[in-house]
This record gives sequence, C-alpha cells and structure tokens, in this order.
Amino acid sequence: MKISKINRDATLIFLSVLFLAFLVGEMLTSKGISKQKELTEYELLMGADDEKARLPSPSEVAVLAFNELKNPFYDNGPNDKGIGIQLIYSIVRVLAGYLLAVIFAVPLGFLVGMSPVFYKALDPYIQVLKPVSPLAWMPLALFVIQDSILSSVFVIFICSIWPILINTAFGVASVKKDWINVAKTLEMNKLQTAFRVILPAAAPTIFTGMRISIGISWLVIVAAEMLVGGTGIGYYVWNEWNNLDLASVVFSILMIGIIGMLLDLGLAHIGKLFTYSE
Amino acid sequence: MKFLHVENLAKKYPGAKKGESFTVFEDVNFTIEKGEFICIIGHSGCGKSTILNNLAGLDDPSDGLIMMEGVKVSGPSLNRGVIFQNHSLLPWLSALKNITIAVKSRNPTWTQSQILEHSYKFIDMVGLKGYETRKPSELSGGMKQRVGIARAFAIEPKLLLMDEPFGALDALTRGMIQDELVKICGQTRQTTFMITHDVDEAILLSDRILLMTNGPYARVAESVKVSIDKPRDRSTIVHDPAYYHIRNYLIDFLVKRSKELSGNNSTVFHAEESADSFPKVVDPHMIALVKSAGSVVR
Repeated sequence: MKISKINRDATLIFLSVLFLAFLVGEMLTSKGISKQKELTEYELLMGADDEKARLPSPSEVAVLAFNELKNPFYDNGPNDKGIGIQLIYSIVRVLAGYLLAVIFAVPLGFLVGMSPVFYKALDPYIQVLKPVSPLAWMPLALFVIQDSILSSVFVIFICSIWPILINTAFGVASVKKDWINVAKTLEMNKLQTAFRVILPAAAPTIFTGMRISIGISWLVIVAAEMLVGGTGIGYYVWNEWNNLDLASVVFSILMIGIIGMLLDLGLAHIGKLFTYSE
Repeated sequence: MKFLHVENLAKKYPGAKKGESFTVFEDVNFTIEKGEFICIIGHSGCGKSTILNNLAGLDDPSDGLIMMEGVKVSGPSLNRGVIFQNHSLLPWLSALKNITIAVKSRNPTWTQSQILEHSYKFIDMVGLKGYETRKPSELSGGMKQRVGIARAFAIEPKLLLMDEPFGALDALTRGMIQDELVKICGQTRQTTFMITHDVDEAILLSDRILLMTNGPYARVAESVKVSIDKPRDRSTIVHDPAYYHIRNYLIDFLVKRSKELSGNNSTVFHAEESADSFPKVVDPHMIALVKSAGSVVR
C-alpha cells in the first residue's frame, strides 16, 4: 500500500515536471508577431518570417519526433538518413569497440589482479593511459588504421578498456581469502580456482566495470562521430546543426539519452544474473 | 605409529626491529590417534588457529614438523577437511552445489549422478533436506554452518579440522548442531581436531582436550583425558560424576594456570615438563577419585 502510494506520487510529480517544462518551453520560444505581408520564397528561406533565430518549441520537437519515428529507417542519400539508421550505425560501432575491450580487458585484468608482479609492472601504464581523453587517440588511429569507421571503433575500444580492466583487477584481487582457502583445501588447481571460485566471486565487480564502460562508450561515440563524420548519431547531430535544424538536434539529444539508458539497463539486467548476496 | 604427529612446532613472526622475532608458540608437541576427537583450548592469541592452519597446510610453521600417516604435511590436501569459523560457503552457489563442488574435487572420475547421490546423503545427514536449492544468503546462520559441516564430511577426509565452528551461533542452535555432530562423529568415527572456547562443548565432544598456555611463547601444556563413556548426551552428561571434575580442572587451567605456565614464567614450565616436552597427560576424574579415596582412608 505504501509502495503504491509512493509510485502514484512519483508518477504525478514526473508528469507535472514534464508538463511544466513543456509549458515554460513553449512560452520562452513563442514566435514574435509575424509580419502580415506576403513573403517571397527567398525571404522565407532566409528566415525573414521571424526577426531572429529561436530555439525550437517543445511542440515543434514533438511533431518532428513523431514524423521521424514514423519512418526511422528511410535512406535518401548521405545527408538524409532516418534517425534509426544513424542510431544503428552508432550502436554497432559502440558494441564492436566495447566487446573487443571486454575480450581484451577481462583476461588482462584477471592477470593483473592475480599477480602482484604484473600489477606493479602494468600499473604505471594504466595510470598514465587512463586519464587520456579517448578522442586524443583519434589522429593516431586515423593515421595508423586509415579508416574513419574503424578509427571510431578503436576510440570506443580504448575508452572502454580502463574501467573494465581496473574493476576486474580489483574484483579478482579482493576475492575473500576464505574462498581461496576453500579452493585450496579442495586441491583445486590454478585453472579450476580461477574459473570456479575467483571468476564468479569477482563477477559483480567486473560487471560494474562493464556497465561504467558502456556508459562512457556511448558518451564518446557521439563526439567521435562528430569528428569523423559520414554516418552515426554524432554525425547526425552535427549535420543538423549545420542545417540550423535545432529541433532535430533536440530530438537527437533525447534519442541519445534513451538509447544510453537502454544500453545501461540491458547491462544491469545481465549483471544481475551474476550477482550474489552474502 | 600414531596417526598424526606434531613435533616441536613453532610460529615466529619478524619483529619490529631487524633480527628480532615474535614467537607466538613453540615446542608444540602432540599426537592424535585414528578415530580420536581432540579439542584444543586456550586464550585468544595463543596460536590455536595458526596450529590448525598449519595442520590444514594453509600456512607453514616456522619450525617443527607435522606427520600424518608417516607423510610430512605440506600444502593443503583433500585428506584434511576444514570447517572454517565463518562457514566460508561460496555465496553464488546453492547449498547443494557448495557440496557437489567439493565432492567433484574429491572424486573427479565420478558421474554426475554419483556426485549428486553422494551429496544428497550428506544433505540428509545434517538435516537440510528441502533447503538444498537455497543460496547461503537465504539460510540461517545455523543452516549455513551445517552446509559447511556437510561439505567437510562429504569429502570424507582422514582428518577433520574445525576452527571454532559454532562460535558465531546462538546457544540454542549451537546445542542442536553439537548434538548432530556427536551423532555424526559417533557413526563415522571421524578423526577430528577442533578449536573451541567453550569448555562444555569440548567435554561433550572430545576424547582428549589439549590445553594451551597463554602467548607469546605459548605451548600445549597438558592433555586432559575426558573419561566419560560415549555415546554422550548433552542432557545426561552433566550428571556424570566425572563431568565436574573435568570441567573444574579446565576452568582452573584457563583462569589461573594458563597464565602461570605461560612464556613469561617459562622456568616454572620447564621445571615441570617431561624430558620429551610432550604435554603432561592428566585425568582429572582419576585425580579426584584418588584424592577422595585418600581422605576416606585418613
């Protein structure tokens, strides 16, 4: 009963914030009194029906969103693709770079977490490379890989590695000594201990790292695609800015947020399968 | 040849200054016969847990030797099962899987159905039928410790080591599990070495009780015979004439003599000790009987 009341109130507040934001948005972006005289097509194209450029009103964005989402996968050439196609480009790049990072960082993190020697040896590299903005790698990637799409995948890879690597190493290193002792008294060899005890024990920490990484990847892909251009949601945002279509920019901001949320929820869902409570 | 030999065992840690060392215990000698249940009692810090870890092979002694069936103990082995103080179940596995993982390690060639059949036998033995699919977090403290007991017994070790297995349980649960342990050990004749702080628990369960002096420089000073017939029962054992003789003797040792005999007063100890420095064997009930007989004669 109490929970249902909380849910009801929360929904109410959520809806009122939405309504208020809509209202304020509409008020702030209302057109000035439009000039009554007939405009030529040239004047319309130059925006002469309005005294200055304005932010799009929420209702404009909503109409645009409705029209875009009605047919998200149309393709009218390089500069006019549906938002769905652009998002799929971005998601595929993110997943490619991200999965490569998982394949690379989990075993390496395992090694670093298990062995104090490797930890000491590799820690300086990790500490120096971790704070580098992934976009700083872009020129180098473009030069070496000679392909803009693969370069953005590489940038995703390089930004995903660190949280996974560090969390895996931490999770592996902080497995309870009691559990290791259980493995020892059961005469498990190194491999059995790693797979039957350490990996499941560290799994929740590893998944936390993976969840942080997918979030960062999704942040970075937008910037990366703005740089390399061509396709993807980042390119779409920048292209609409160049077209001065701010309604589309706002719409894509919303879509980026929604997809980012879905990626995070998806990973949280998978992670739940591997968590345990003591 | 005795089943287990512990000779001149010592544990020293490097001290704060170079060249200095801190001795937790030294000259620890005792033996265990096959089928014997041994409890070890001593104050915190005397190194009981370290001795147990040495026996388990999880930790190496600084000095001395442990021989089991004529073979030197080095490193952990499935022949020595351990029940840890805090149950140490793997929390991501169900109660049953916690046991099967041990059974699988013990018998790598067994089929899945053999493993399951064997594991269920021990689930039944500790009375956890119906709870086998639960995760440790869904079990009470007593149930968790029972899974730990089942896991240790399921690998059928030659020597079972228990580090204060019931320390974290409430008195009622502890009593119930003690009863079960009495029953199980009676059936299996399991050779057992157990650490406890509970004098009554030690008398109920053990054939002999090893008494340790206070650390540092702790020693196993005496080996007290529990001359009460088995099988024992928690409700009737207190009426046994030997019970309070033994109990008083143990309490007296813990309260007074463990300190008097400790490393600081080691001259006293050395004066008393026998040549081979094995713990003095004591039968408090016999002593009491002899004493009372003497007073009657007088």
